[in-house]
Amino acid sequence: MKWTQKHLLGLEDYSTEELTHVLDEADGFRKIATRNDGPRDDLRGKVVVNLFFEPSTRTRTSFELAERRLGATVLNFDAGVSSTTKGETLRDTARNIAAMGIDAVVMRHGGSGAPGLLARCIEASIVNAGDGQHEHPTQGLLDILTIRQKLGRIQGLKVAIVGDIAHSRVARSNLVGLLKLGAEVWFVGPPTLVPKAFAKLGAKVSHDLDAVLPEMDVVNMLRVQTERLDDQPFPSVREYSRLFGLDAERLGRAKPGLVVMHPGPINRGVEMAPDVADGPRSAILEQVTNGVAVRMAVLSLVTSVR
Amino acid sequence: MAQLLIKGGRVIDPAQGVDRKADVLIANGRIAAVGPGGTGVAPVGHRQDTYAIVDAAGLIVAPGLIDMHVHFREPGNEAEETIASGAAAAVAGGFTAVAVMPNTDPAVDNEPAVAFQVAQGERAGLCRVLPVGAVSVGRKGERLAEMGQMVRAGAVGFSDDGDPVRGPRLMRTALQYAAMLGKPILAHCEDKDLAGKGVMHAGLWATKLGLGGIPSAAEEVMVARDLILAEATGGKLHVTHVSTRGSVRLIRDAKKRGVPVTADVAIHHLVLTDEAVAGYDPNLKMNPPLRSAEDAEALRAALADGTIDCLVSDHAPHAAEEKDVEFALAPFGIIGLETTLPLVVTKLIEPGLLTWPQAIAALTCNPARVLGIEAGTLAVGRPADLTLIDPTAEWTIDAAKFRSKARNCPFHGWAVRGRAAATIVGGAIKFRA
Repeated sequence: MKWTQKHLLGLEDYSTEELTHVLDEADGFRKIATRNDGPRDDLRGKVVVNLFFEPSTRTRTSFELAERRLGATVLNFDAGVSSTTKGETLRDTARNIAAMGIDAVVMRHGGSGAPGLLARCIEASIVNAGDGQHEHPTQGLLDILTIRQKLGRIQGLKVAIVGDIAHSRVARSNLVGLLKLGAEVWFVGPPTLVPKAFAKLGAKVSHDLDAVLPEMDVVNMLRVQTERLDDQPFPSVREYSRLFGLDAERLGRAKPGLVVMHPGPINRGVEMAPDVADGPRSAILEQVTNGVAVRMAVLSLVTSVR
Repeated sequence: MAQLLIKGGRVIDPAQGVDRKADVLIANGRIAAVGPGGTGVAPVGHRQDTYAIVDAAGLIVAPGLIDMHVHFREPGNEAEETIASGAAAAVAGGFTAVAVMPNTDPAVDNEPAVAFQVAQGERAGLCRVLPVGAVSVGRKGERLAEMGQMVRAGAVGFSDDGDPVRGPRLMRTALQYAAMLGKPILAHCEDKDLAGKGVMHAGLWATKLGLGGIPSAAEEVMVARDLILAEATGGKLHVTHVSTRGSVRLIRDAKKRGVPVTADVAIHHLVLTDEAVAGYDPNLKMNPPLRSAEDAEALRAALADGTIDCLVSDHAPHAAEEKDVEFALAPFGIIGLETTLPLVVTKLIEPGLLTWPQAIAALTCNPARVLGIEAGTLAVGRPADLTLIDPTAEWTIDAAKFRSKARNCPFHGWAVRGRAAATIVGGAIKFRA
């Protein structure tokens, strides 16, 4: 297909065909995604700026390796030592850097919608690496790629996403992508973290993990985000873990082929017991590997549009 | 397990729409059969020589009465009342189950505390003791308590009673979270800011007696708040000890709109008014306070029309030396387990304000429904909890004879009609008059 998307701001902007095309391209990149035998030419001569305003281990490293392995020139913008500390706005920051001649910006920002702001004020391709609580599209894509790789399809699968859905951009991207590709998505957690409104967006909502888990093909456990909570969505980590944590006992009541996923970082012992995280059904490290492939695919596609 | 045949009584079981003469057969702690009406013949198919007979002629045979708002002072203040002494008072008053509030010291805000109360209730071996867990840790209104784990240990609902949940955000969270567990929040609605230092109802009598008043608005603003939060969250709100006609109106309107709310009223708010405080007897001091005659009338009408679902005692024991001080300094609360039933008969049923089925519903199937427990009806197969009521027994209330450790009761000396003749829990007779 002819690729026309200059940006990746959110999976909500991509059609089913476009999503499938990215996944297929990413599949192609999987073999070379973790190989260090010299950079390719896909992004040679292109300048990519990594604009990260929030902490990140996986996403940031993953994007940078994807960029370098594709031969791009990489600029890492460290917000902490930039003039944003002097009060320079996002718009000015972007326009000043863009004035030096860049091709793409990969941005993670605490404000939902920030990548869209960038797309409106500079010429470069914008790739959203996570904006506030809105979307984390490359995470959604790598999660979906992992499922497709393990189970051969997306259509008709039952996928549960468990935890702090309300504040999760990962949950939202997964929901959009999985629904477009024909999966059934269950959001599971206490009502304080999984409000009924999500049912109107196409998810099935449950507050009882034990009732839902035996029917699921995939379970994606989200980290309980203690740094973002000023409400008290649950009384204690201990209680959350008892009601919604995935341990060997709960796993024993699930389908034998259940795929266990987590976007990372894991609170070991809270949302997932260590033996489950490291166990045979866990696809967590495969997610990470797929992440590099997905980001390679996304970057080569969006920068191909002029 | 003993087999019992309750013979010749008038069975009133509002949950099943039953009000007729019938025999009730109990076997292995459960209702085995409820016999055909009218003739007093034993249920077909059960040999008559294998069970004991309780002669219920002239008595009303009801499902075991449930008091869903009592205070036993265990753990922490066992001198005032223990779970055992409170349970003894309960069965003497005709109650087969009580829901105990968590304002003990330490508060019942965690799983082992709930498990302890359940164990103490079982050890006492009298009525069923159902813990209500605290909404917030320490009842301080700051952090949500571990409701999920308390439910696992046997909690039937949550309340910070004694105090309101002051913060609307915490109340909203509590309603949402408890709804996930299928449990109600039993709301003590009182805006402390408006209540101020009041010690009785803010009405004509407070003015006459020179005592600080607690305005009806203090209750009503929080009833309104909690109704709005219940409507927004879909949580199960139960407003406990409703005391004002304004609250009644708010609840009635909310129910019409389909808001998931239930309510209870304490017996003393139906039979006494603020006028009774003249004389400054601290045994007339409780929170919410005795209100005006108009309020009492509205509460009675609300109970009759179903706006208020349940009747409670709000049994609140206090040591004599605590209550026997100046009115303003005395703690709030009076006992009521052993006086609720005779007051219901004498002051509500006999004057025609409430029918027997209405009264029994408010004390059986309605609280069972609010708490989500399998009780409150004489359905075959259910646990055999029954209360045999003598509706005509005439007696005088004598606080000295109470099984409760406490004596803080304003009804001492009252001539009443009606009392529990027998209280049966799980097929065993726990009290016999």
